[in-house]
Amino acid sequence: MRFEKKDILDITSLDTKEITMILDTAQGMKEISERPVKKVPTLRGKTIIFFFQEPSTRTKLSFEIAAKRLSADTVSIAKSSSSIVKGETLIDTAKNLEAMNPDVIVMRHSSSGAAHVISKRVNCSVINAGDGTHAHPSQALLDMMSIREKKGTLKGLNISIVGDISHSRVARSDITGFSKMGAHVTICAPPTMIPKGIEALGCQIAKNMDACVEGADVIMMLRIQRERQGNILFPTEREYASLYGLNPPRVKLAQKDVIVMHPGPMNRGVEIASEVANSDCSMILEQVTNGVALRMALFYIVAGGSRHADSD
Amino acid sequence: MQILIKGARVLDPGNLDGKKDILVKDGVIEAILDPSGPSDPTGPGDPIDPGHSPDVQVPGVQVPGVQIIDASNMIVVPGLIDIHVHLREPGQEYKETIESGLKAAVKGGFTAVCSMPNTIPVNDNSQVTTFIINKGKAAGAAKVYPAGAISQGSLGTSLAEIYDMQQAGIRAATDDGLPVENSQMMRRALEYCKGLDMPIFVHAEDKSLVDGGSMNEGPPATFWGIKGIPNAAESIMVLRDIALCELTGAAVHFCHMSTAESIEAIRQAKKRGANVSCETAPHYFTLTDEAVLDYDTNFKMNPPLRSEEDRCAIIEGLVDGTIDMIASDHAPHSVDEKEVEFDRAAFGIVGLETSLPLSLKLVQDGFLSLTDLVVKMSKQPAKMLRIDNDIKPGNPADLTIIDPEIEYKIDPDTFISKCKNTPFAGRQVQGEAFLTMVDGRIVYQKNQ
Repeated sequence: MRFEKKDILDITSLDTKEITMILDTAQGMKEISERPVKKVPTLRGKTIIFFFQEPSTRTKLSFEIAAKRLSADTVSIAKSSSSIVKGETLIDTAKNLEAMNPDVIVMRHSSSGAAHVISKRVNCSVINAGDGTHAHPSQALLDMMSIREKKGTLKGLNISIVGDISHSRVARSDITGFSKMGAHVTICAPPTMIPKGIEALGCQIAKNMDACVEGADVIMMLRIQRERQGNILFPTEREYASLYGLNPPRVKLAQKDVIVMHPGPMNRGVEIASEVANSDCSMILEQVTNGVALRMALFYIVAGGSRHADSD
Repeated sequence: MQILIKGARVLDPGNLDGKKDILVKDGVIEAILDPSGPSDPTGPGDPIDPGHSPDVQVPGVQVPGVQIIDASNMIVVPGLIDIHVHLREPGQEYKETIESGLKAAVKGGFTAVCSMPNTIPVNDNSQVTTFIINKGKAAGAAKVYPAGAISQGSLGTSLAEIYDMQQAGIRAATDDGLPVENSQMMRRALEYCKGLDMPIFVHAEDKSLVDGGSMNEGPPATFWGIKGIPNAAESIMVLRDIALCELTGAAVHFCHMSTAESIEAIRQAKKRGANVSCETAPHYFTLTDEAVLDYDTNFKMNPPLRSEEDRCAIIEGLVDGTIDMIASDHAPHSVDEKEVEFDRAAFGIVGLETSLPLSLKLVQDGFLSLTDLVVKMSKQPAKMLRIDNDIKPGNPADLTIIDPEIEYKIDPDTFISKCKNTPFAGRQVQGEAFLTMVDGRIVYQKNQ
């Protein structure tokens, strides 16, 4: 199968065949990172620009390691060092980047749709590393990869997603992807953090945390971002933890072989208790490991793989 | 110079409806004549018409002393009035000037507009009012009746000199673009304006509920990850200002209504006899938030495109008379303000040159009679702005000739407005202004 798309912008635009192909490719990439010499020449001579307009540690690092393990040349620009602070528009900045002939632009931006806007105006591939509250496709794909690795398939699984759905691009991409791959997705959050019409993405809303995790095969906990919201969405972290925190008694309500995930960074003692985060059912670090392989796969299919088969 | 408009259906709701010829002389309507010959195109030629059979469309045929406009198959209506327009001058001439806006107006069939005061500086004093009126006169296109600010700088803290602006020519007071957030301020403004017999136009928006949102709150906003603006952000302020209207008895006019809840609130207030009126804009009865695709900022305006339920409620409000007027909320923005991230893009779309065809669709779809539409686009705005635009001898010849049949696609490249920010590019429509006359002068004629 060939991957025909230029960009990876969101999960909505990928069909199940494409998702499966990406996950299969990522699974194959995983082994590279386990070698003593963790580098293959696949993307030698390719240039990848990291255009991050919003703070990011693990996503950016993960993309960067992925690119380097494929031998691509990587360059980063951050908001503070870019011309955006001098008043240049996003489109102008992107056009200028393109003028230097990169093969891929990986971008993160605080505005929903920023990667879409750019992808239409540049010829190189654009990988969305998170846009506003819209999408974070590489995170959702690595989550799918991690679940598939443990459970064999997503089909028929009961997956619970708990936390700030409103402000989470991970939640939107996860819900879309999981349901596309045949899982039953149930979400739970304070009603202040559930956006109108979220069910249309492919999920149902649980009445409370216990109902949400009961019988779950997978529990995905989302980070609570106190720094962004003040205390109008919930009163205190203490109260949040008692209503929506994942603690050992709640884990017991789920399937015996439940896996617990978190896109990070965690607030221990708030959305997730340390006992749970440190337990055997936690896949949180595997997610990080898989993130590198998954991002290698994305680079491979947009810049080095079958999409360019004809010109090779 | 005399002008004879021949062969048209003349429709002036409550006054005239039928085949009439209109003779215009020295800027005023001189006479309304029964057609001097049979209007049947197969009948004998018209005695005044030199050698042209009426079915041959030759606009503006010259005969000595009288310019004849062949308007057969056309409809002559009292000049359309757009009661909600942003002309951007002074201060943002790169978006629109008074001249370009008023020329766009006549192309759209409007003989007059009411300009919103959110210019830079704000039209909160008689000097700015006078500047706008003088520039408007010099443009030689549509007439401008400015609205002045309620509060100094539209900051919502101290009353502007509304009487002084009234003397200079404002016809309404509004802080449009911004809500008057303080209820006591609004109450006092209403009381003060009641004493001046001046209507207040309400920009109904609770900013704390909008909270940085940039499209309608609903499934599409959730899908695109865009922060939503709930219906209640509008209807809360509508309900508040209905209460203040009933408290003070002042005239309250609600601008650009977009939600079912607002319309229902106004419907009930009218039933109780409150002194309220309202307008909507063509995009609110034409489009919904489902049309906001791929972060196209030409679909971003304030209030935002709402749900299908709201769109239907707007049409219902137009049909049952709850909504008195249609206004474009013409809001030009430059490419630089629109070709950006969706949440950073300016709110607003141009409307002067699309308002009439989009509104005629209501007639074509059987929701409104043509008479109803002329009431909402001409008679009611005229009444609100204290303009007598009846088609009768002695009145200024401010007339719009509508070609109701012509079909075409909306093409922003043909816009006279300086900005092309419209969600309607490429849309198939029927009907447009064929000729616009202001004070007896042909200020716009199609293809001329």
